[in-house]
Amino acid sequence: MALAGVSFQVSPHSIYAVIGPNGAGKTTLFNALCGFYQPSAGSVRFEGHELLGLPPYRIAAHGLARTFQNLQLFFNMTVLENVMAGCYLRARTGLIATALRLPKVRREERQLRAWAREALELCELGERAAQSAGALPYGLMKRVEIARALATQPRLLLLDEPAAGLNDTESMDLRDLIGRIRATGVTVLLVEHHMPLVMSVSDRLLVLDYGSVLAEGAPAEIQADPRVVSAYLGGAVQYAV
Amino acid sequence: MRLAGFYLCVVVVVLLPMVFPNNYFVTVVGISAGLHAILAVGLNLLMGYAGQISLGHAAFFGMGAYSSAILTTRFAWPGVWAMLAGLMVTAVLAWVLARPILRLRGHYLAMATLGFGVIIHVIMVQATSWTGGPDGLTGIPPLNLLGWVVDSDTRWYIVIAATMLLAIWLSLNLIDSRIGRALRAVHGSEFAAQMLGINTSRAKTQVFIVSALFAAFAGSLFAHQQGFVSPDSFSLTISVELVTMVVLGGMASTFGAAGGAITLTLLHAGLVVFQDYEMLIHGVLLMAVMIFMPQGLFVGLSQAIRKIGHGLRSGNRP
Repeated sequence: MALAGVSFQVSPHSIYAVIGPNGAGKTTLFNALCGFYQPSAGSVRFEGHELLGLPPYRIAAHGLARTFQNLQLFFNMTVLENVMAGCYLRARTGLIATALRLPKVRREERQLRAWAREALELCELGERAAQSAGALPYGLMKRVEIARALATQPRLLLLDEPAAGLNDTESMDLRDLIGRIRATGVTVLLVEHHMPLVMSVSDRLLVLDYGSVLAEGAPAEIQADPRVVSAYLGGAVQYAV
Repeated sequence: MRLAGFYLCVVVVVLLPMVFPNNYFVTVVGISAGLHAILAVGLNLLMGYAGQISLGHAAFFGMGAYSSAILTTRFAWPGVWAMLAGLMVTAVLAWVLARPILRLRGHYLAMATLGFGVIIHVIMVQATSWTGGPDGLTGIPPLNLLGWVVDSDTRWYIVIAATMLLAIWLSLNLIDSRIGRALRAVHGSEFAAQMLGINTSRAKTQVFIVSALFAAFAGSLFAHQQGFVSPDSFSLTISVELVTMVVLGGMASTFGAAGGAITLTLLHAGLVVFQDYEMLIHGVLLMAVMIFMPQGLFVGLSQAIRKIGHGLRSGNRP
């Protein structure tokens, strides 16, 4: 069993982090939340709706967005097109209208471009819009994924190890970005190994180990929890916040 | 500016028969090239943009052709009605086929579509009472478009060139839109596409049907233009050739697909004089393009031109 008895609540407009050693089940948890895995039992409730059993695209329509630990960028598109693809649910025109380029499609395209620009600006990617997504440095690719997720206008954003592979400056930029995202009213659920980032940005933390909950609480409580310290943080190591 | 390339195409297509009237390469080979371009543009939507291979596209081409042939010769339907019926039959079959077949990926999808193409080909050969068997069907009347009878090479050039331009225009519109981005997203990453709210199996089904309809439409025109149909025109070889056209011109480029189709058709016609060496030269050229321009002839050329242009501009600076 990959996950057992894991239960937690995320309050709106907060930043909630899930930490734990490799193989603890963090990404599995995300995949279960998003409908990529179908848990054999349990419940996922979001704003009063049951999400368990829905396919990912229906879950997205409920206002969930995510980024991926291993990049899932559309390398066959530009940065702007990636983010415009993220606006899919915010528009309506179908196959025939778009093939004929009806006037409403032109209007919609302008609107989508404006929305995509907005998400790019928030992620400080405005100047990269016309570049091919595959031509960007790794750190920026990760940010395009965030911009694309934001373009769906989510109410809950799941970030799967957004700081993996980033240097310290980039990680601190990421911390600011997560802060800005929260300020727009989006709730953030974060899986991350980078402890300084997690401890400084999160309101609450969930610690997973071997597929079950080891501890849950505010960053200060987690840091003081002897079980967490021995299982994960590694003995006497202290982290500055 | 979005359609600049398209307008250039229109100008070339209109000027060609004026500059070279009654030229064999324009009005005879050109018709065939135009039909292939329609097929390749349609296949490119599925293959280049949505990333789903089809090795059975000649079957849809054939379904359009045989629908027109059977309905006009045996039931004396007007050509346009027969064509619409063919499109409907093809759409329904593509829809039925899409669900099970598009769940497969890569080699497995290639195998399944190849199998489908072979089945349709076998039906064309074996269902003699309907299809005329290996000999095919003859005596297909010329197409009558609201009283305008398409019965000369020049008229066929007009009809097919217009259809080709329409196909290119539709493809360009589609790709640069919400639906087109969803298709390209399916190609880029199905996981990510789903998390953006895209129903990926529905998107794949849609593009499969559209692609099949492009082929069936070309098939109907082909049947009327040739006046007869036989299974040879819809064999596996043709399916493979269509894939070659898309890859040769450049995947995920509408102009690339059309250009690849036209290039390959002209090449066939031009190399006929070399007789036995035709296939040899043909093969060497294809290999050379794939080695030196793996992104495809037209995509590669346009990149090179852009690079040279860039070099000239920066060269002018001190």
